[in-house]
Amino acid sequence: MAAGGSATDYVQHHLVHASVGEGFWTLHLDTLIVSWVLGLIFLGVFYSVARRASVEAPSGIQTAIEACVEFIDNQTRESFHGPREFVAPLALTIFVWVLLWNLMDLLPVDLFPVLGKLVGIEYVRILPSADMNATFGLSLTVLALIIIYSIKGKGWGGFGKELIHHPFGAHPLLWPANLMLNIVEMIAKPVSLGMRLFGNLYAAEMIFILIALLPIWAQWIPGVAWAIFHILVIPLQAFIFMVLTVVYLSLAYEEH
Amino acid sequence: MGINITLFGQMITFTVFILFTMKFVWPPIKQAMSEREKRIQDGLASAERASHELELAKEQGAAHIREAKNQAAEIIEKANRQGASLVDEAREEARTVAERERVAAEARIEQEVSQARAALRREVSELAILGASRILEREVDPKAHQQMLDQLTEQV
Repeated sequence: MAAGGSATDYVQHHLVHASVGEGFWTLHLDTLIVSWVLGLIFLGVFYSVARRASVEAPSGIQTAIEACVEFIDNQTRESFHGPREFVAPLALTIFVWVLLWNLMDLLPVDLFPVLGKLVGIEYVRILPSADMNATFGLSLTVLALIIIYSIKGKGWGGFGKELIHHPFGAHPLLWPANLMLNIVEMIAKPVSLGMRLFGNLYAAEMIFILIALLPIWAQWIPGVAWAIFHILVIPLQAFIFMVLTVVYLSLAYEEH
Repeated sequence: MGINITLFGQMITFTVFILFTMKFVWPPIKQAMSEREKRIQDGLASAERASHELELAKEQGAAHIREAKNQAAEIIEKANRQGASLVDEAREEARTVAERERVAAEARIEQEVSQARAALRREVSELAILGASRILEREVDPKAHQQMLDQLTEQV
């Protein structure tokens, strides 16, 4: 669909968000609205099932959701050994929400930009995972939780001591080096989480956009291949994000 | 591209979603699942218990039947024994009664015979006396004698 304008224009057009505001105060409306809608679908379906959860005769959808909950619960139990009232629902939220985000990648890249143009919206990007704000929104929240769980698990003193005593040793001369390293590690966790998800899905979206530049009769061959490959990547990335979050919280919560 | 205020919007949304899941989604589903698990476990345990009890009841029933059979056999044997002894006793009694009757009857017959003999003897002697007195009073008439003697013999 390169009609009208060069390929560069086409690609660039697809990489602009629907936004309001200037500079730092820009809001990516497409990212926010799509992730809200997907999140509300997730919560709505799960909540309606949870409210009518039957012990004796679970419906089809309840069975599916229970399988999902069971899967998350097992994953969480294996890696996190503290109380799981918060961690397990957190893992469920991350997994399902990110999965739904990533699924947006399988919708045709031109569908929403064309629909948007019909109602007068110039730019639309419907893949929240390809927006760093969305992925870092998750991973920075996870960072906050890592700090909260460190304090909860080890106490203020324990957490502080770990920051300056690990990994080299408790000698006062080593404190600055320890602290530096720990801060780097602390920052590396959310950055790697956010960048991994963003990078994977951004690259995937880019490939779909490039495939869309091909002549229309040739698009289906790489398109199908890439989409099938992506069926693997989509749940995998959601799963990795979820498992790493639980592992980080477990590392934060437990004494080393 | 680039980080902006959207990030904080996403963080707030994320936090709200987590809290909602924690409050309203996770606990009811989890509770239904563990409740079902518990019911299945209870059901299996009670099935096991019931089959055990059935086994026990079968054993007890068999023991009861065996005991009842033994008792019945014992009762029949006792009855047989009692019946036989009753018959024996009855036979014995009948024999003694018959013996007594016979002895009594014999005694009575003996008595009657001797009475009859005594009576005969008395009558013969009376007749002899009568005959003699008549012979002495009348002339001997052979014909009359004959007649008298015939009468005499007839009477004896």
